[in-house]
Amino acid sequence: MMMMIARTRTWMATAHLSDAVIERCLQLAAWSAVTTLALITLFILREGMPVVFDRGPMAFLGDVRWAPTRGHFGLLPMIAGTAVVTAGALLIGLPLGLAGAITLAELAPMKARLVLKPMIELLAGIPSVVYGFIGMEILVPFIRERGTLGGPGYSALAASIILGIMVLPTIIGISIDALEAVPKSYRDGSRALGATQWQTITGVVLPAARSGIVAAVILGMGRAVGETMAVIMVAGNAVQFPGSLLAPVRTLTANIALEMSYATGAHARALFATGIVLFIVSLSLNAIAGRVRSGKRASFA
Amino acid sequence: MARVALCLAVTGCTRAADAHVPAGAVITLAGSTSIQPFAERWAEEYAGGRIIVQSGGSTAGIKAAHDGTADIGMSSRALQPAETAGLVETVVARDGIAVIVHASNPVRALTYAQLRAIYGGTIRNWRQLGGPDAAITVITREDGSGTRDAFEQFVMGASHEITASALVTAYSGGLRKMVSQDPNAIGYVTFSQLNPQVHALAIDGVTPTEPSIASGAYRLQRPFVFLTRGAPQGAAQQFIAYVLSDAGQRIARAEGLAPVTIQ
Amino acid sequence: MTMPRLLAPRSAQRVAMTLMWAATAATVGLLLFIIGFVLRRGASTLSWEFLFSSPRHSGALGGILPTVVSTIYVSAAAVLVAAPLGVAAAIYLAEYTKESRLTRVIRSGTDALAGIPSIIFGLFGFAFFVTALGMGWSILSGGLTLGLMILPTVIRTSEEALRAVPRHYRDVAQSLGASKWQSIRSVVLPAAAPGVMTGVVLGIGRAVSETAAVIFTAGVALKMPFSPFDSARTMSVHFYTLTMEGISDDMAYGTASVLVVTILLINIGAYTIMNRLTRKYR
Repeated sequence: MMMMIARTRTWMATAHLSDAVIERCLQLAAWSAVTTLALITLFILREGMPVVFDRGPMAFLGDVRWAPTRGHFGLLPMIAGTAVVTAGALLIGLPLGLAGAITLAELAPMKARLVLKPMIELLAGIPSVVYGFIGMEILVPFIRERGTLGGPGYSALAASIILGIMVLPTIIGISIDALEAVPKSYRDGSRALGATQWQTITGVVLPAARSGIVAAVILGMGRAVGETMAVIMVAGNAVQFPGSLLAPVRTLTANIALEMSYATGAHARALFATGIVLFIVSLSLNAIAGRVRSGKRASFA
Repeated sequence: MARVALCLAVTGCTRAADAHVPAGAVITLAGSTSIQPFAERWAEEYAGGRIIVQSGGSTAGIKAAHDGTADIGMSSRALQPAETAGLVETVVARDGIAVIVHASNPVRALTYAQLRAIYGGTIRNWRQLGGPDAAITVITREDGSGTRDAFEQFVMGASHEITASALVTAYSGGLRKMVSQDPNAIGYVTFSQLNPQVHALAIDGVTPTEPSIASGAYRLQRPFVFLTRGAPQGAAQQFIAYVLSDAGQRIARAEGLAPVTIQ
Repeated sequence: MTMPRLLAPRSAQRVAMTLMWAATAATVGLLLFIIGFVLRRGASTLSWEFLFSSPRHSGALGGILPTVVSTIYVSAAAVLVAAPLGVAAAIYLAEYTKESRLTRVIRSGTDALAGIPSIIFGLFGFAFFVTALGMGWSILSGGLTLGLMILPTVIRTSEEALRAVPRHYRDVAQSLGASKWQSIRSVVLPAAAPGVMTGVVLGIGRAVSETAAVIFTAGVALKMPFSPFDSARTMSVHFYTLTMEGISDDMAYGTASVLVVTILLINIGAYTIMNRLTRKYR
């Protein structure tokens, strides 16, 4: 009897002990993403900051010339390039994406949704190099050879269009979530008052889902800002402030990937410094989107 | 990242040592990314031992030869006086840089001054060069590329810079493809990249050919240099002798370089 | 957005519906066009021999076998990193904690990591794994980098899957005397497995299609890799190189076709698993 109690006790103790150990391990794993983020921050800063301290931040943010092997580290043309193609991408991706989200969340019958939603998710799965390739093979020659367009074809316009397609899954996916979070009673109320379905969507559903859609747009922006390979393949990568949409531009991401392989010394560090700027922009966009979203979630609760 | 390239070179060395191939049979080459593919070709054909080829750039190659992290440093540019101390340079081949246009472009020759004006952004239309009335699409390699470095040195000089509106690509094959697809484009690639889809221009009256590069008549070229600390010895000496032999030089020629020891 | 002044509500409704559906059709059309374009041009190159033979002349001739193998190795390494870590993190978040400042920090860190551009992962992987830890350009460096990159995907989908398991599963298990971990291991996890699998499979998809983060960590060596320390060129990187170096259009389209078909299969796989899960709890 005593033995049995003792044995049960040890069994329970080990069960508890191992449970505690397991919980500890799980907790450790839970921090893995945060740890990774910290490591990334540490290493990007460690590689990039020395040259920023050395030349001063204005060498990067106050100079329009990028010629790192000659000691010029101006990132302004790349910041402008990123801004232009991102704006262009949203101009294309926002109306198309919002329309897609409205269709899927509000209009399409269940059966159509079951087919359409995975297709749009598949759009997100296609490798960015394939998008870039399609851009090089179809879009660039089209722009170059079309009389009203012209220029070298490799351009802000080509990058905007490709990015506009690439941000669609992000914008559609998150907008759908936002639209679906709007309580059904909102729609019923509006319809009961005699509004058409479209009036209900524009007058009630969209305003109610506004912050979620704003978050979708911001995350789409983050996607466009961070895309590298597709942009490098179609943007032309000229280090200049784009005079027109038909002019070639270089983005921050392209700047890094283009010059990484042969860069040495201060040049390589300057590419990490480019990464720091990109990193800060991405984190900020993500934080803004998170704040916008969580604010709204609370209001429906 | 000179530091980075070095670290890679070092890990390469340790691994080679770990492999325990008989001492002296493993030779490490490090440096110019332009030479790397050719060095790998020589290494493939070389029967006298195992060759490990690391890239990292000419500057890293010179440094690796200095501090002995590589048996042979590879540089695709002539060394500056300050860099040569203690190093023996062996030119193993010459690489021409061809200025290319679309095969349909009627312009077939340029002077260095015209080339400088095109890449400097002051000549912007083919009409100014006797061609059609069309804007010139200027294409260049990225900053840091050895080919661009050589082009800037020979064509642009210290005082001129390549125009900011030039398209930039990090791949010489890709640059050739871009030129082959755009009738108004101009670019530059190493001689070995030439193919019938693009046309190589004569510069100051000289067309890039193997003989004109080998003789030095075509000036837009760079030497491929192997560097050793002191005169090459042992396994390194044998490998360099192989590269300079008829067999080694024929490989260089087949790969589009101008040989230095055979006609 | 509103146009009642211009059109009567009913006409506006009709015009708007047409526009919405047209835009959606355009989006889906784009997808079908991209897939169709790649596969049609790649069809002539695609064969078993293309998949299972080695490339010659930098990939201008021959097949893509080493890149297929490299892709499998690098993705497998990524999953080996991301799956255990991600699932464990998800279990902790879903089963062991209530919403608190701690979980908010973890969750926003995970969200932030998901938003980091892949080129930053490439820079980080290069500085950390390749250089600082001395792993060189290798399958290991590439796999670890990609593993950390897909970690947020795995955490999120796994957490959702765990939360979808009905409360009473746990209650029943624990009332039968199982400890918390025992109930999770033997009841909750199996129930959530399909959802967890979906996350892992989607993570594999991202690893397969990624280029920017791999090219600076796994390198570009076009050889059959033999050890985790060998440099390797994945299919995506090979395709990028074929395209950017202008090596061969046929080979580029062929490789793109293999990539697209792989992604297609992975997505269909993930979708099928997910469907099974949702049907189970309906």
